[in-house]
Parts: sequence; C-alpha cells; structure tokens
Amino acid sequence: MSVAAVGSETAFQARSLYRSLLRQSKQFAAYNFREYAKRRAIDAFHEHRAETDPRRVQELIQKGLKDLQVLKRQTIISQFFQLDRLVVEGQKTGKQTGSEGGIVRQKDTG
Amino acid sequence: MDEGTRPIYLDMQATTPLDPRVLDAMLPFMTGLYGNPHSRTHAYGWETEKAVEQAREHVANLIGADSKEIIFTSGATESNNMSIKGVARFFGRSGKKKHIITCQTEHKCVLDSCRHLQDEGFDVTYLPVQPNGLIKMEDLEAAIRPDTALVSIMTVNNEIGVVQPVEEIGKLCRSKKVFFHTDGAQAVGKIPVDVNKWNVDLMSISGHKIYGPKGIGACYVRRRPRVRLDPIITGGGQERGLRSGTISPPLVVGMGEACRLAKEDLEYDHKRISALAQRLLNGLLAMEHTSQNGDPEHHFPGCVNVSFAYVEGESLLMALKDIALSSGSACTSASLEPSYVLRALGTSDESAHSSIRFGIGRFTTEGEVDYVLNAVKERVTFLRELSPLWELVQEGIALDSIEWSQH
Repeated sequence: MSVAAVGSETAFQARSLYRSLLRQSKQFAAYNFREYAKRRAIDAFHEHRAETDPRRVQELIQKGLKDLQVLKRQTIISQFFQLDRLVVEGQKTGKQTGSEGGIVRQKDTG
Repeated sequence: MDEGTRPIYLDMQATTPLDPRVLDAMLPFMTGLYGNPHSRTHAYGWETEKAVEQAREHVANLIGADSKEIIFTSGATESNNMSIKGVARFFGRSGKKKHIITCQTEHKCVLDSCRHLQDEGFDVTYLPVQPNGLIKMEDLEAAIRPDTALVSIMTVNNEIGVVQPVEEIGKLCRSKKVFFHTDGAQAVGKIPVDVNKWNVDLMSISGHKIYGPKGIGACYVRRRPRVRLDPIITGGGQERGLRSGTISPPLVVGMGEACRLAKEDLEYDHKRISALAQRLLNGLLAMEHTSQNGDPEHHFPGCVNVSFAYVEGESLLMALKDIALSSGSACTSASLEPSYVLRALGTSDESAHSSIRFGIGRFTTEGEVDYVLNAVKERVTFLRELSPLWELVQEGIALDSIEWSQH
C-alpha cells in the first residue's frame, strides 16, 4: 500500500494488519496451513503494495481484517485437533527446538 | 519434541484438504443455523435457504453459468450418473436416440454408467485416445450418428492431467445437435472454465477436489437450450425435481465458499502450482530413464504422472512411506492391476506398472517438493540397484533382446 498517497494513518493501519496476520498465521498447528497463511499474506500485501486509490485500499484492509478474524478462529480449532508433525518439519536440524506447540501423538505411526 | 513422522500429502487428485476459510464458513451451519432450507414457513428455513442460494451463485459464477442451472448432488459420481443415465433414459424412451459416446480414459463412474446403459439396450462407443492422452476430433466426428443422444468426455483427466479440447468438442456437438456432458471434477477451480464458451450442456463438479468438504458436488444442467433428464432420485421435488432430498446447508455453503475462493485465487494458485510442478517435473525428469505420461502441452500442471523405468511402481510407493502418493486413481488403488488409463494410451505393461502420480495443490510448499525430489531420487536408485534388470540395462543389453529360458 502506497504510504505517500494514502496518508500515514492508513499506512499504519495496513502495516499493523500485516503484522497481525503474520503473527496469527504462526499459530496454525498444521504445517501446510501455517505456511500457506504466511505466504498468502505476504503475497497479497506485495501485490497491492502500489495501490493508490483510497477506496480500494480501504476495501482491501476490510478484507484483510475479515481474514484476520477467520485466522483467529481457525488457528484455535487447528490447535484443538493437533496431529503429529510432517516429515518435512524440523528437517534442517533433525529435531524441533523450543517447547512451543507440544504435540499429542494419536498413534505410534502418526 | 521430536521430528515429525506424518507423511507429506501429495495426492491432490484423490482429494484435497479442507481450506480453513471454508470450514469457517461452514461452522455456523453446523451449530446454530440448522433450519431445513426447504422450509418456507419459518425463519430457520429462510436463513439457510438464503445461504444455499448464495452458495449456488458462487458455484455458478465459477463456471460462468446462471445460478438456476446448478443442481447440488452428493458428489461428482452422482452428477455423472445423473447426467449420463438421465439424458440417455429420457431420450432413449422414444427409441430414437439409443447411442452414447464416451472415451476410454474416463473415470470409472462414467464408464460404469455407460456399461449399465448397455445392459438396458443402449449402444456405447468408447473412443480410443492418442498416445498423448487426447482424443482425436476426427474420431469423435466419425463416431457421431443420427441417433447419438450424448457425448461424455472429461475436461481434465484424473490420472495423467491432460486437458481435452473441450471447446472444439462442444462446438462439434452443438453443430450436430448432440448433448455434451463433461466431467469437470478435476478442472473446475483449477483451470478457467466457461460453460457458455465451451458449449457444455452438462457438467459434473466435485466439492472435495477444490478444497471444499467431502460429500457434496454439483451438476450444471443447461436451461437454454433446455437439457431434459430423467431423475435418478425422485421424491420431494427439490432442486427443480432433478435431485430430490433435503440438501445439506453446511456442505453446500462450504462448497460455495470453496468456489468463491477458487475464483478469487484461480490465477494466484495456478501460477504457484505451475511453478512447483515445473520444479518437481524438472527434478524427476533429470533422473535417467524417467518419462512423463500424457501430453506436456495440453496439461493441467498440478498433476504430474511420471514413469520410472525398471522400478516397480507399487514397491516405490512402499519405499516412499513418508510421502502420500498414488499410482493412479484412488478407486483402483486397492488392486495391483496397472492403470487402465495408461493402458489406453498404449503404454506397455512395464511402463504402466512403474508410473506414479504426484498431485500438487494450494497448500503444497517448496520444502515438500524438495523433500520429495530427494526421497524419490534416493529410493529409485536403491530399488534399481537391487534389480538384476537394471544391471543388464547398465551393461547396454536391450531387455527385449533377451531370451528367457523357461523352467
């Protein structure tokens, strides 16, 4: 979103929304949804980076806010029904670090 | 905390995960909004009816149709059955139109519906396909007879991902005044679909192939010129009397939302899936003795079907336990028979046995593709090392020149 054309308040709102979306997307327990939510937010903001029409900017922000609400609800649901992690996760070191997002093994085989 | 053990999902032609945004749209209808959409006497019915009509609108928008032309069914299989049997029975009743044309690489439910109609006295032509998986227009034109009622050719093949020349087929069928049904389960929401541009009279759509819920599908039935069907399920007269039975608002709303998202993100998803598929295909074809099945030009990129020569497909699937893959359609994955689709292309038994289908979708990541490439390379090399045939090939002996002694 163009900062100069739209005014600093909208720009601040957009940046704040962007940060919230990225922060919230990390809460998905499922790897594919987590990565998608992050990627989609980044790509959408990059795509509309040069938007100058204030009405269009407002429209996009409203859409983003709606998506943020969806994200908040769906990440919680995702955390209730956790499954084992995918084989691609934590591949670089061979193991996960930190104590966030402990998993519940449903079956030995995952 | 340890590293995960759950396999990567790479079988998007079988089914796709439910998009969280779709689930979000469905949840209110699974909790508070439980009215029967056909109830006209109270608010519970009105609110769900409104949502159902909105969902119908979304489905219609995605394929360029009018919302009145969308009939909700339980899935693409029911839609296919309804279209093929419905049209054939309606027009076959007078005894004038007793001929149906379909293609050898169609999905099992289309082939089976046709087989049933054969038992009822219909004449069915199963068109052969070229080695690239596409039908020849001349073949189709030659097969159309004055008593042909219906042509059923799928848009995107579920096993090899080739896109049939639907627009040309539609034009031909319209000029010959034959109804044209297409199974769009793998195409809708993945490639641009326009029923008016393509002159499609009937189209089957599936909910769970476009990140929607399972157990719901739709059938597009053209109104102008009107396509008349003999309904399979009769009863309360819901859905214009073509498919009676209470429709499920949560599933319908989920499918509507999935269609809305698919339309909105069609370009974005397609670009991304193409890039990932190219990455996967380049990596796989860089290995020796591998080949892609199906036409590389008229092709939906999300379906990558590759043959690995001198490796048995099922053993490779076993070796790739950490990746959820399939050698063909999910319906036939229980048997060890080679895929009938690949056989129809004229591929040899060995090649058909050694092929694997990789399905890429909205939620696939680069990391997964790279992991798969690595794993496939490693396991294919390992399995080939075990194989005595591979040793002979390495020595430059052509396998068909060997005379096997019989014991």
